[in-house]
Amino acid sequence: MKIFPKQFRLYCLGLLSAFCFAGTVYISPSEDPYTEIQEALILASPGDIIHLSAGLYELEDSLSIDVNNLILEGEGINDTVLSFKNQLSGAQGLSVTSDNVILRDFAVENAKGDAIKVKGVDGISFIRVRTEWTGGPSSENGAYGLYPVESKNVLIDSCVAIGASDAGIYVGQSENIIVKNSVAEFNVAGIEIENSYYADVFNNYASNNTGGILVFDLPDIPQQGGHHIRVFNNKSVNNNTDNFAPEGNIVGEVPRGSGIIIQANSHVEIFDNDIGDNDTINIAVVTYGYDTEDENYYPHPRSIQIHGNRFGRSGYNPDLETGELAKILFEISDGDMPDIFWDGIVPLPQIIFGQPEKDKIVLGNNGDASFLTINPLKYILPFFDPIETSYEKFSGEITPLPPVVLSETL
Amino acid sequence: MKLYNSLILIAFAIFSISITAEVNHSKVISQDAALKLSDYGFFTNLSKQIPTEGVLPYDLNSALFSDYADKLRFVYVPAGGFAKYNPDEVFDFPTGSVLIKTFAYLNDFPESELDAQLLETRLLIRNDDGWKNVSYIWNKEQTDAYKSIAGKTISTQFINEYGDMQDIRYRVPNINQCKECHQSNETISPIGPKARNLNKDISYADGSMNQLLKWHQQGWITENISTKSMVDWSNINEDLDTRARSYLDINCGHCHIEGGSADTTGLYLNFTENRKINLGYFKKPIAAGRASNNLKYSIVPGNPDESILLYRMQSLDPGIMMPESGRALQHVEAVDLLRKWIHQL
Repeated sequence: MKIFPKQFRLYCLGLLSAFCFAGTVYISPSEDPYTEIQEALILASPGDIIHLSAGLYELEDSLSIDVNNLILEGEGINDTVLSFKNQLSGAQGLSVTSDNVILRDFAVENAKGDAIKVKGVDGISFIRVRTEWTGGPSSENGAYGLYPVESKNVLIDSCVAIGASDAGIYVGQSENIIVKNSVAEFNVAGIEIENSYYADVFNNYASNNTGGILVFDLPDIPQQGGHHIRVFNNKSVNNNTDNFAPEGNIVGEVPRGSGIIIQANSHVEIFDNDIGDNDTINIAVVTYGYDTEDENYYPHPRSIQIHGNRFGRSGYNPDLETGELAKILFEISDGDMPDIFWDGIVPLPQIIFGQPEKDKIVLGNNGDASFLTINPLKYILPFFDPIETSYEKFSGEITPLPPVVLSETL
Repeated sequence: MKLYNSLILIAFAIFSISITAEVNHSKVISQDAALKLSDYGFFTNLSKQIPTEGVLPYDLNSALFSDYADKLRFVYVPAGGFAKYNPDEVFDFPTGSVLIKTFAYLNDFPESELDAQLLETRLLIRNDDGWKNVSYIWNKEQTDAYKSIAGKTISTQFINEYGDMQDIRYRVPNINQCKECHQSNETISPIGPKARNLNKDISYADGSMNQLLKWHQQGWITENISTKSMVDWSNINEDLDTRARSYLDINCGHCHIEGGSADTTGLYLNFTENRKINLGYFKKPIAAGRASNNLKYSIVPGNPDESILLYRMQSLDPGIMMPESGRALQHVEAVDLLRKWIHQL
């Protein structure tokens, strides 16, 4: 381990580090990479860079960062590889619990649990970082690849996530989020935004997952009521990998061949995406499907806007084995699967008196996309056909959501 | 001349008491942690872990499982110090207080083939702006322990309670890993010494006494503390529910509590939690991944083998096991207890 420039570092110790140049610690693969990297991560001062030269670092224990404003960098998404193939302890490959950390230009492979977990921070950037389980889709793979949770000002840019048995890129219970220019393949969920506020997901490529992009909200956890999520300019195509999530996990319900699924949440805008070649459905908007006693939780999607998307084919080979969504949709549509599906479920008073205008789903111009929903009132009453496929009935003026702006400290 | 000699001896004795029998308070309150454990002067005999006067041993009703390691606990409160009582929380110790915990395999089974082995001594030091954690790893000669940064893997053996020798890859946690458990709402705090977990008799140099009473006698805490006490989870004379909840509290409740490092899951296992869904009853996992083992709920009352909680307590796979760190062996006796508890829910 070389510390450079050493004189500067010593000088810094005597002064406030904010007025000094940061030091860089250079590390290369060695006999005991764990101790070398972990010591550097602990002894680092805010502003320091820990630089990992190209090569393979085999680690038996998980690494952690708890110093603010630290940069951990490698020499390339395929060149600096932290391998956890032989991991013996720790639930993640790498965990981060300090603010304004930047991770860039390295990969975390075959972690026993999650690859990179970031919890409770303000400011985290993943730039050109890859997380991968190299043996292909398997329920033995770890749950999440890039996994910021309970955090603010999250940037994921030009990353790659492959093989997660839950979500490749998963942002949970967070706020102010940008996920862009990234690739998610062979995960159960490619990109998942869950129980989060203000997220922009754009210019990403989600393919060969079970579901491409998911916007979910779940009960019984501290932050819920996800809202203001924009999903645009993404390609969510050919997400036809069989669901390999271990049962019990919510993504285990996602049918193979799902382009984009919005579950619960409010103020979601899905636009200008290319979505196609998905076995089951291109876009589904659904209610949380289980009973819950959580009084603070709102299980229905509200204010969902869908416009400007380009649809390829979907629904030609629906996954009737996984969860309820495909099965129900296949039955009610008589096999004529739509591009866009809304389950139509609303609270009981709204079934009778109608939905408030501001809560309604709005369809803009989506080319010749087909649409299907269920009218809950007609569903309850006898002698009515509850199936609605009229696109015009739900089309309307789009009210664009504001872009996400990350805090300037990043 | 003889008298003169005796006087010197007495003076020397007094002098040596005064240097050996006092905690080096300036080391305790220093910004930088000492390099060796001996620097603090917490023990008159370091290797035998005999504390200096003013450093009291303490014990808990139920303790965290750490791969069957024995734990020797001591507390130091500076003269005149007073710790405020907070119900449900750790005593608010005054600046300069230290909690000292030595992890060891004492191997004191009859006819044990192994000597006692001290592994590490962890300190939580209270300073003006909160608690600081530091850990010392014992040398091979067992004469002193040295400050650890990245932790250490100690591959060793110990004699288990059946008299068998067992291999263990014991992990001394690094500073960050200490925080995983000790951090709550952004600050570091001790876990064990809550009134509810201290309320029991232990033996002191001058006889047996209730710990809360002893601490009151020392002038450290107030007299009037009434708390629903946790129990020794292994005591079969206590009721099953309190035993199980005591075990869950001290083994899981520091992370699985609102504000703790596992609060993202909404599964809260601290002693005072009483919402069934948050205790895991028919609660779906949030981020368990393959650790769900294809099971649907954290706890299925009446059905231990369908309960993710019990599955994760039994696993040795780092991606599945709970707790996430600090355990490389299964706690067989506790798994039995939790199995019985879930079965009768």
